[in-house]
Amino acid sequence: MSHRVQHWAIPLVTLLLMLGGGGVPATEVATIKVLRGTVSVERNGQVLPGNLGLALEEADQVVTGADSALGMTFQDNSLLSLGPNSRLTVDRFQFNSTTHDGTFETSLKQGKLAVVSGKIAKHKEDAMKVRTPSSIIGVRGTEFVVEVAARR
Amino acid sequence: MRGVAPARIMFVLALVACANEPTERLILLPGANGKVGKVAVSAGGAPTMIDQAYGAATIDRAGKIVQETTERSSVERDFASVLDALPPRPISHTLYFENDSDVLTATSAHEAQAILAEIATRSVADIVVIGHTDTMGDTSYNDALSLQRAEKLRELLVGLGGDPRRISIAGRGERELLVPTSDEVPEPRNRRAEISVR
Repeated sequence: MSHRVQHWAIPLVTLLLMLGGGGVPATEVATIKVLRGTVSVERNGQVLPGNLGLALEEADQVVTGADSALGMTFQDNSLLSLGPNSRLTVDRFQFNSTTHDGTFETSLKQGKLAVVSGKIAKHKEDAMKVRTPSSIIGVRGTEFVVEVAARR
Repeated sequence: MRGVAPARIMFVLALVACANEPTERLILLPGANGKVGKVAVSAGGAPTMIDQAYGAATIDRAGKIVQETTERSSVERDFASVLDALPPRPISHTLYFENDSDVLTATSAHEAQAILAEIATRSVADIVVIGHTDTMGDTSYNDALSLQRAEKLRELLVGLGGDPRRISIAGRGERELLVPTSDEVPEPRNRRAEISVR
């Protein structure tokens, strides 16, 4: 019995791997597409170097250094970029690619953020939110910039 | 009321400039298609709607939202590095094939040159290619043909420098007709593959 299962399981797994585009983890919510200077990602208390192509996950905090910048594409086609000396947390990202239902919440702690909203915001008003230290931005579309000045 | 507003805004900005607390601002931009969206900014109270191009909301030290209008030139100056780091827009294209074949039609072959070359220039592009057929032939034959069409485009993309690990393909056979037809109907518009790039 177990032999028969293995027989068809091998081609099936191979097919799934092919369709998966190279073993992309299920928890991936975004990919780093643009990188300038020094960028790091804080995940579960660890600091990872922000490389091109790195998959971002929920709860990641992305930090850019001086003269640095970062561009990310999310799975709902939202585009987010950070300028220098910026800090952004991906608080929540849930997206159903069939219905386009979802929730997308980020927090800009410091610095500059540019947003081109994607399918989540298009599908439902205020399903996408950007928090700053003193405000909440409900996104109904589509392109905007936010700045949180550093404490002096 | 209107006469008072400019003086009050100047007063608030002066306060903000002196404060040690973070100051915040949001500026709405026109979309790539020229359409302007809308955002609702809340700082404890009722939300302030920003729905004009270059409309801005500044939040002062006391958490009060002040609406302003800024200019394209100042946004381009103050936000140059962050705007420049936005990834390329996701795109999708449909290319068409000859009857019962994985060879592109002459028109699509011509279009494909520019489309595929642009895709290959993107760094870290995630590409999905989905092949389709018309309803001529049986289901399993069309499943194979649709996958073969997708595979053909993957080969072209890899040949142009696309990263094979970031290209996934699938064949949907005759299950997702662009133009609905009965079975065994030749329909050029259904003989296609869709390329989505993110």
